[in-house]
Amino acid sequence: MAAIYSLFIINKSGGLIFYKDYGSAGRMDTNDSLRLASLWHSMHAISQQLSPTMGCSGIELLEADTFDLHCFQSLTGTKFFVVCEPGTQHMDDLLKIIYELYTDYVLKNPFYEMEMPIRCELFDLNLSQAIQKDRVALLGR
Amino acid sequence: MAPPAPRTGDAVFANVERVNAELFTLTYGAIVRQLLTDLEEVEEVNKQLDQISIFRGYNIGIRLIDEFLTKSNISRCVDFKETAEVIAKAGFKMFLGVTASVTNWDADGTSCSLVLEDNPLVDFVELPDTCQGLYYCNILSGVIRGALEMACISPEPNFWCTHQGMCLVRLATHPR
Repeated sequence: MAAIYSLFIINKSGGLIFYKDYGSAGRMDTNDSLRLASLWHSMHAISQQLSPTMGCSGIELLEADTFDLHCFQSLTGTKFFVVCEPGTQHMDDLLKIIYELYTDYVLKNPFYEMEMPIRCELFDLNLSQAIQKDRVALLGR
Repeated sequence: MAPPAPRTGDAVFANVERVNAELFTLTYGAIVRQLLTDLEEVEEVNKQLDQISIFRGYNIGIRLIDEFLTKSNISRCVDFKETAEVIAKAGFKMFLGVTASVTNWDADGTSCSLVLEDNPLVDFVELPDTCQGLYYCNILSGVIRGALEMACISPEPNFWCTHQGMCLVRLATHPR
């Protein structure tokens, strides 16, 4: 039973740089995932304009009937968002952990080009471990 | 849930992995020496230490900023003064192990100097007469510019080295 359905990472300009599917019912193909990422980027930006309060930094949580979407935007404009089961807890902490993994295994890799799709084995490995740990912790609760 | 409080430079420094200081100083020294041999012109070397390419400051800065943001939990700075303070106290402390002081504010508060009393990059270094114009630590100005650009601010740091043991980065909020 996967609490997390999928993970997306988008760069500053709204391009998808990382997408991981954790076995949800509807598996998306590459084009769909790219489209969805750009859509979310635009919605996130628009929400900052629409917000009635000053200094809004964009959508953090989207709750729907069949899923929740948690989004974290770093101060550098990179967005990490995860689609999960409704009511899943501690997704914000998980997103922070993923951000740390990104700074360690992606940014410190000298062969990684900024803003390009992420193809770093170490990142994939550590990400799976982090998600696994989160799943185990979830079952334990 | 309230956001976690920003960690002080000391707290972060205590938690990050560290490398032997001499290894760091020697590595940097070797890079500068090699650049001097390859390029021969002091001016060219100054530019290289600052700009985009393998080893140079800008490339380091754009990658460093995210790590700084995760480890220190800093939120967006309100104004330029705060930015300068954060760089001097938290930023330098986290990556170099020493804090800088912020001085020499100009009249309208748009530029200042960051002074490093104890710069690990220049331990054991003596500039020979042939290299007097060399901005030995220019990599730092590149790093700061890269980092600030990624965080969507764009001052133009200018840099000059007064003498060994002390380094100065001049930070300005508008391009000169």
